[in-house]
Amino acid sequence: MKEITVLSGKGGAGKTSITAALASLAQNAVFCDNDVDASDLHLILKPEIKETHQFDSGSLAFINQETCTKCRTCQDVCRFEAIFTNNDGSPEVNPLQCEGCRLCERLCPADAIQTHQNLNNNWYVSYTRFGAMVHAKMGVGEENSGKLVTRIREKAREIALENKADFVLNDGPPGIGCTAISSITGTNAVLLVIEPTVSGLHDAKRLVELVNSFQVPICAIINKYDINTEFTATVESYLKENKIVLVGKIPFSKMFVESILVEKSLIEFAPNHPISLNLKSIWKMIRQLLISKTCFQ
Amino acid sequence: MQIAIASGKGGTGKTTVSVNLYYFLSVKYNNKVQLIDCDVEEPNDMLFFPQAKKKSETEVYTIVPEIDKAKCTFCKKCAVWCEFNAISIVKNLKFAEVNYDLCHSCGACFEACTFDALKQIENPLGRISEYQTTFGAGIMEGRLEIGSAMQTALIKKVKKQASTGQTITLLDAPPGTSCPVVETVANADYVILVTEPTPFGLHDLKIAVEVLKELKKPFGVIVNKAGLGNNDVYQFLKENNITLVGNIPFSKNYAANYSRGDLFENIPAELEKSYHTIVDQLQLIIS
Repeated sequence: MKEITVLSGKGGAGKTSITAALASLAQNAVFCDNDVDASDLHLILKPEIKETHQFDSGSLAFINQETCTKCRTCQDVCRFEAIFTNNDGSPEVNPLQCEGCRLCERLCPADAIQTHQNLNNNWYVSYTRFGAMVHAKMGVGEENSGKLVTRIREKAREIALENKADFVLNDGPPGIGCTAISSITGTNAVLLVIEPTVSGLHDAKRLVELVNSFQVPICAIINKYDINTEFTATVESYLKENKIVLVGKIPFSKMFVESILVEKSLIEFAPNHPISLNLKSIWKMIRQLLISKTCFQ
Repeated sequence: MQIAIASGKGGTGKTTVSVNLYYFLSVKYNNKVQLIDCDVEEPNDMLFFPQAKKKSETEVYTIVPEIDKAKCTFCKKCAVWCEFNAISIVKNLKFAEVNYDLCHSCGACFEACTFDALKQIENPLGRISEYQTTFGAGIMEGRLEIGSAMQTALIKKVKKQASTGQTITLLDAPPGTSCPVVETVANADYVILVTEPTPFGLHDLKIAVEVLKELKKPFGVIVNKAGLGNNDVYQFLKENNITLVGNIPFSKNYAANYSRGDLFENIPAELEKSYHTIVDQLQLIIS
């Protein structure tokens, strides 16, 4: 079983549309939406939820106003500036700034603070028309998204082993922060989706640096390549210099949006369109790269 | 006056809108406008100002513990107090180690240790740079150290360093709706959500709206790439009484300009008109 993670650095490069297209080609694969912050893959794959699990998303401090002596110790020691003085002159916790470190609770001389666990994140095991899928929904402004990514990837791998699936396909988050880090560690390969723009390449370079630090092999797709063919050439030479295999180039097409509007992957929407044929050969190439380790290491 | 620009989904045009608003608002408000790039994972605003002059650059750090094994009694109190499992102690082996990837720099371990065995050291978080541009009051960006997962801490520091006294401070937020976005919009007076009229855009917009409602922030929406998808987003705004601050039509030519980093050259007339409307709308909202 091989695990592949689709990432881009910059948002909007086309990760989810491409993941959905590959999902409809993969056969015998498990899908996992690692973008727990703004998960969109389910909008195309339409999963039917079979299991719902709660996930601990950190802790939150509560101040008991009756026992509080307003000594302000909590406010002074909180490094996250999560405790403020409310209109009544009492200290109050801003739930969105509190990281649940419990320092205020431990140092409160009046024992007026208690920390509770948050259980606002859910993750799901579902079935889709292409196979099993693991995905999540974060509570509003919740933390620990990196840990949540790790948890759902574990589950996806477990299902893949049970089902004897060949692949786990992860739709990754944008950026290079905690969720991106959690979706790179231990994956067999990263599929980089780059758009040929100054910001697209800038962000991809930062991502490549991060992925290289984990020594995970990378292959790349240039999406919307015809927006600026000159810049596409710049991206291509960057990939070459960094020994990143370019598995294909896809032109800009409104068809991607049209297919999403009817909740289909591009392959289902227009199976014989040149872009679909292109995506089919891309998937074939990624498969080969993943199977024949030599090309990839 | 702080205006944050957020979106939920990545790639909807936050940076384009932020940079253009910086330009059009600078014209309107006598250059008393500054822009802060809070997308510290992937700061992009400066890519559109190749001529800008760097005024300052500061390395920033978080304070993390280092264990002095000569003083450490391996009592484990620091490890027990650490809610993030960043400290491992094995008494029998005289083993004491800090995992800096997990440390949130909350300071609990320093309070826990009664043997003075923890030294405060600096862990690199990233860089904060300030630039002077040909118009406006300047741009500031935070750039996260690659491999660091402490975006929120860096955003906090960037916002603290930003000069005050400007008429308008624009904050370009990272994508998503989790902690770094919440940190960016925390003190904003108004939030602009940039969306695109596609099912992905609408889905992520709904989550962002939920977050802003929870935060009790006044906000409005700019629909970018108008004409590319369908009308569901307008229906949603109408049903929920959300202000439509502006509509920016999709233009493949403009996308090509963007790809080269040329946002201010040959702005199509219809786009310029959109931004003038948005600036007028914002003026009404601000006053």
